[in-house]
Amino acid sequence: MSITVRFFASLRERLGKGQDIIDSKGIGNVADVWQACAQIPFPDNVLAAVNMEYARADQPVTDGDEVAFFPPVTGGAR
Amino acid sequence: MKIRLVADAFDPWQEIVRHQTEQPGLAGKFGATAVFVGTLRDFNQGEAVQAMSLEHYAPMTEKHLERLTAEATSRWPIADMLVIHRYGELRPNEPIVLVVCWAAHRDSAFAACRYVIDELKTRAPFWKQELTGKGRRWVGQEK
Repeated sequence: MSITVRFFASLRERLGKGQDIIDSKGIGNVADVWQACAQIPFPDNVLAAVNMEYARADQPVTDGDEVAFFPPVTGGAR
Repeated sequence: MKIRLVADAFDPWQEIVRHQTEQPGLAGKFGATAVFVGTLRDFNQGEAVQAMSLEHYAPMTEKHLERLTAEATSRWPIADMLVIHRYGELRPNEPIVLVVCWAAHRDSAFAACRYVIDELKTRAPFWKQELTGKGRRWVGQEK
């Protein structure tokens, strides 16, 4: 009964971890996952994904999901 | 249709020839080949860049690259497509990304190539960290 949580790039460095495994008990959505892993409020510029799809903070999360948090992707100027 | 994420340097021109050789069914089916190669510069935002580290989220990156190439082939009549993207440590002058579109005519080849590279830049999860004389810095990420 767990959820895998992953962090990337500057967010990974800021939180000091690349991955967490959390208990899915009491977890309803993406925002709950963030709260369970991070000691800071959800930053405005952080993006989230559930099972490799971009997700909003209120998207439901269930047991066995993989949730990721990361900064804006950096493609570069045109 | 082929997508590859690679850790080591690659030669885009050899990859194009190799792909055409490995896909003999493609011969005679295309009259236009549009190619985009993105290469690491030795400067960015007024600073000399010594190296770049490209981080990605492998399964998500692959999924989104597959989706946007599928979108391109549904929008334009494309005979075949090849996308190769680096990750890991890169040096200036090394190719970062290759997008090739083979089509009967140039309008479709150009349009699909442009679509894939533009969408890739905004949707595929890659993060750049540059090494400059002042140390390492993340590109486009607030601390």
